[in-house]
Amino acid sequence: MREREDEWTGLMRSAIAGDSAAYHRLLKAVTPVLRAAARRGLARAGQPVDQSEDIVQDILLAVHLKRHTWDANAPFAPWLFAIARNKLIDALRRRGRRIFVNIDDFAEVLPGEAAEETASAGEVAAQLQTLPARQRDVLQSIAVDNASIKDTAAKFSMTEGAVRVALHRGLSSLTAKLRDR
Amino acid sequence: MDTDQLIRTLAADNAHQSRPVGLVLMLALLAAAPVSLLMFFSELGIRPDVMTAMRNPFFDLKFAVTLALAISATAVSLHLSRPEASLRGFGWWLLVPAGILVAGISGEMMMPQRTPMMTRLVGKNSMACMTAIPEMALPLLAAALYGLRQGAPARPAVAGAVAGLLSAGLAATVYASHCTDDSPLFVATWYTIATALVAAIGALVGAKVLRY
Repeated sequence: MREREDEWTGLMRSAIAGDSAAYHRLLKAVTPVLRAAARRGLARAGQPVDQSEDIVQDILLAVHLKRHTWDANAPFAPWLFAIARNKLIDALRRRGRRIFVNIDDFAEVLPGEAAEETASAGEVAAQLQTLPARQRDVLQSIAVDNASIKDTAAKFSMTEGAVRVALHRGLSSLTAKLRDR
Repeated sequence: MDTDQLIRTLAADNAHQSRPVGLVLMLALLAAAPVSLLMFFSELGIRPDVMTAMRNPFFDLKFAVTLALAISATAVSLHLSRPEASLRGFGWWLLVPAGILVAGISGEMMMPQRTPMMTRLVGKNSMACMTAIPEMALPLLAAALYGLRQGAPARPAVAGAVAGLLSAGLAATVYASHCTDDSPLFVATWYTIATALVAAIGALVGAKVLRY
């Protein structure tokens, strides 16, 4: 557990230094832990656990957009779990429940816990359709078609800089729509 | 969209680095300060006897209190802009201005006074104080909330209230140079009411706009 969290901290430091591959690995590594915790939270609240993936995606978006609030000298896990807990409470509250979420929901996941395959969720996909066309196209190209920023730029006759801007704006407004829905 | 696709998209956006919350907060406050100063100079202005007033330690004490409030609230609000932070261990910073004020009141009590205590407490400018401080604080509060929005506070209402303290502290620092009531009793009463009002507005608005 300790080792796992040290590894996350190291990956996040590399990510902030500009290493996108490390960032990708980090997000892949934390997702099963977040998913297990979201399921546990939903189950405890008497909610169907099949909504857990919406919560996982919510958490990942928040982690991404708020990662500058992480102090690179502090361990990564407490910061991550604080965001996850906040998002889980939000999700349960939106479903009309006032729930006590235990922080241990996140910490107690064992390293060996079945790392599940990826799963789909509806809310991010639905909000994606409400974005301005340019942002939606760019996001879809990178997410669904697995295109690089360079390929996406060529496909839509945009500069790479414009693709990056559209990508970031798209992710930000997606998150704002999810929050304010 | 499945989660792997989302992760891939987030990783593609890794190059985008947001500016630190503290920097955005400072820039926003600097941008809003001229608005508050304009309000101050067009409607109130510095008191004419400021040169003599500066020799009165209780005049100077007002600035110590309000600046201590502004500085400690800035530190606390930056701390609270992190998702894993709580007031615990940090909230005592907010007691610093209160401590200075209490010291000032005891100091004044020990000195012979020409005016009775109630007269000093009620003062001449209580209404001006209670309206001018919140009015001048509002542009600063908007700026502070904008800056803190870049963060991820666990308790948006608390962070909003501290943003209110911060902006009231700055506004009160400016207002103190106009006000001719220098008794710490006056400050403890009317500045506090004005500050509490701004903190309440900050909490209400913060609860909405500081969610992430």
